[in-house]
Amino acid sequence: MSSSNLLLVLLMLTAGGYFLGRRRAFVLAGTSGRGQQTLHSRPTYYGALAALWCALPALTVFSFWRFFESSVVTQMVIAGLPPDIQNLPADRLSLIINDIRNIVSANIVPQEINPAIQAAADHYTRLTAISHATLAVLVTTIAIAGLLWVQKIISPGLRARNHVETVVKFLLIACSTIAIFTTIGIVLSVLYEAIRFFKIVPLHEFVFGLDWSPQMAIRADQVGSSGAFGAIPVFMGTLLISAIAMCVAVPIGLMSAIYLSEYANKKFRAVAKPLMEILAGIPTVVYGFFAALVVAPLIRNAGMSLGLDVSSESALAAGLVMGIMIIPFVSSLSDDVINAVPQSLRDGALGLGSTHSETIRLVVLPAALPGIVGGVLLAVSRAIGETMIVVMAAGLAANLTMNPLNTVTTVTVQIVTLLVGDQEFDSPKTLAAFALGLMLFLITLILNVIALVVVRKYREQYE
Amino acid sequence: MNKYSRNDATGKNTLAGKNHTSTKAAAASTMDIVNQGLSRRYNAEKRFRLYGITAIILSMVFLAMLFISIIGNGYTAFQQTFVKLDIFLDPDTIDAQSLKDANYQGMVKQSLRDMFPEVKTRRDKRRLYAMISSGAAFQLQDFVRKNQQEIGSVIQLWVPADDDVDMLIKGHIPRDVPEIERRIKDNQLAWIDRLQDQGRIEKRFNTTFFTAGDSREPELAGILGAVSGSFYTLIVTLMLSFPVGVATAVYLEEFAPKNRWTDIIEVNINNLAAVPSIVYGLLGLAVFLNFFGLPRSVPLVGGFVLTLMTLPTIIIASRAALKSVPPSIREAALGVGASKTQMVVHHVLPLALPGMLTGTIIGMAQALGETAPLLMIGMVAFIVDIPGGFTDPSTVLPVQIFLWADSPERAFLERTSAAIMVLLAFLVTMNAVAVFLRKKFERRW
Repeated sequence: MSSSNLLLVLLMLTAGGYFLGRRRAFVLAGTSGRGQQTLHSRPTYYGALAALWCALPALTVFSFWRFFESSVVTQMVIAGLPPDIQNLPADRLSLIINDIRNIVSANIVPQEINPAIQAAADHYTRLTAISHATLAVLVTTIAIAGLLWVQKIISPGLRARNHVETVVKFLLIACSTIAIFTTIGIVLSVLYEAIRFFKIVPLHEFVFGLDWSPQMAIRADQVGSSGAFGAIPVFMGTLLISAIAMCVAVPIGLMSAIYLSEYANKKFRAVAKPLMEILAGIPTVVYGFFAALVVAPLIRNAGMSLGLDVSSESALAAGLVMGIMIIPFVSSLSDDVINAVPQSLRDGALGLGSTHSETIRLVVLPAALPGIVGGVLLAVSRAIGETMIVVMAAGLAANLTMNPLNTVTTVTVQIVTLLVGDQEFDSPKTLAAFALGLMLFLITLILNVIALVVVRKYREQYE
Repeated sequence: MNKYSRNDATGKNTLAGKNHTSTKAAAASTMDIVNQGLSRRYNAEKRFRLYGITAIILSMVFLAMLFISIIGNGYTAFQQTFVKLDIFLDPDTIDAQSLKDANYQGMVKQSLRDMFPEVKTRRDKRRLYAMISSGAAFQLQDFVRKNQQEIGSVIQLWVPADDDVDMLIKGHIPRDVPEIERRIKDNQLAWIDRLQDQGRIEKRFNTTFFTAGDSREPELAGILGAVSGSFYTLIVTLMLSFPVGVATAVYLEEFAPKNRWTDIIEVNINNLAAVPSIVYGLLGLAVFLNFFGLPRSVPLVGGFVLTLMTLPTIIIASRAALKSVPPSIREAALGVGASKTQMVVHHVLPLALPGMLTGTIIGMAQALGETAPLLMIGMVAFIVDIPGGFTDPSTVLPVQIFLWADSPERAFLERTSAAIMVLLAFLVTMNAVAVFLRKKFERRW
């Protein structure tokens, strides 16, 4: 039985368990003569209890089985292989296992099939079939056993509701820990590979090195074999592009937030705000396309007509478009903060005779400053982590330059180029991507924490 | 007192004599200073307003530029140039028993040769054949399979033109540049003109674009593969992130005690919301692919990664929705004897559901537009087949856009833009639904 069919059967059993449990409760209530008052819980809870006992143990067994099935079967197949194959080095052996799997799934069959491997493949198929059959029987038995057991223990005194609610509560707790597991997963996965990287390339070389050309020699005597993993140019490129983006996004975003919250009438707001939000909803790959297709040639042509030498993948183009992307982010965050400034401050300033703009510049903005700074920090962390725009519009060459007309590369671009496609997992080239990812994660984490603290502190002041 | 005397002085200097010159001068100077400054301050006010309106206009201009450039580049992709060929279905070459093996390519070429008998040299012939898409042979094969009674007769078939011809007809290849810089050569131009005069060239609605998978040939490439990949990925994301997100929000908002542990969870969620999406891709690569050994490029893994990415959004929105349900509802439910779980499930959740759904739809829209983490888990492969399940190799719409944007052919440019239009249409629909839900079910307590 395939696993989807098995799950379907399990679902049906669970539904059946629910109805049986509920009916049993009704029957009990009927025979007692006092109706449903004899029951501790409402009949649906008895049904739910039966369903839970039917589904949860069976599902647990099912997932554990599926999780370990493939490795156990593989081990058994290897044990059944002739000794001369078994004694091959690990990588050759894994190739043979791959062949066997390919034969089993009738994927790409190698030209000549070694009879031993064919036998192993048959063995594999047989074992998988046995395993599936056993699993099907086991899961169904457990489900039915759970169901019958609950049928037996249902009695008017059974505290079904409390049992069900406890289970529900544990499920809720389990769900809320996923966030923590995600963080742990991110940290561990990135850290683990990064540590492997730092074993090959020392940390100080990575952090302070001025040269970035991530390649590793396949042979020792190869030309140009010396890879360099100095991350400074990469980080400088990221910084340059983010700085350009912030130069665009902060003034425009802040000014439009001020205008929308302080000057604009209701009608204008109702039109302009959703339009700004459209900018926020456009996928980054579209911005990347826009940058590469429209903005970069525009800047190049403008630069050429001024007699400047502009690279076709200039930092300026990527930064500009990234700035456009971040405008709504800055604007909506500042909007919130500006609206949170108490009206009394404005009234006071206006009452002393200052003009509207003076009120805003001298009273509202200073009062809102911590929140705005927090918002800008969040925007910076977004700019640093933004990927698609720079992948499509910025270059790959790691130039250590501050000239926005030159091409630079960023952390995210390097991660993508190092990891897209097939690659082995022990070369420093791929591991470097994880080291960069670790840095990226740390930097954005620090920025976010600072921003969140600043924003929260400011909020407490006025509430 | 000083204040009063000054007022006095102002009064006096308008009414009476010169003997108060000193105070008059002082008073006049204060007013003068204010008056002098006024025009400057009003100008500053005007300028400030102008900056504000300029900022908004600038963002609108950027938005307009974006849309104009994409629509301007993309709308032509919804049409495709077709060429009408008269093809003789030679019964000698088509064996009714094995329709698959007949030389359809040869028949298409033959019909071209019949139309332009003066083409003799090999190079010219090659150029002639290059005007018709290589998909024509497959189309002919399909036609023959469906109309076997036509074997032996001459049929008229509209077949897609090659992308270069298509670009020329749509005006993207200028005719007046020197031949060497043009992808369409002079004799090809003449043939195309002749075909046009005979009414054999026509622009039709490009159904291929909506019904085909990816292809190296622009005229045969379509978005269906990417759209169905996106569909399966989003289904996985939705099935996982909505229940888990709502459960987390309910626990944190309704059940969790206020202690260090829940504080950690909360800070965690806020931080995860701001982690760059590519880091989720690294997580997916290291954990799902390398550690758990799940297959590359499949919607299932893509869905897992996007679930982790959208969870914070959904949790935060759901918590806001739960917070907006007034405590009186909870107290009333508890007051009539409901248990805490019953209170939440029967009363709070139904009231908070529209807000949660809105948040979920916005999260899904984010997931639909997301590209970077999917590049990491190999959903960037060139996949021709249309995926039919959660474990078929596939790509998604934004990644397809990314792939096409990298292709050098001019025809892919308009297809990229058209794919972007489709993606934006989906996003706009989703957001419109979210806004509609919010408007329809929003309650002010």
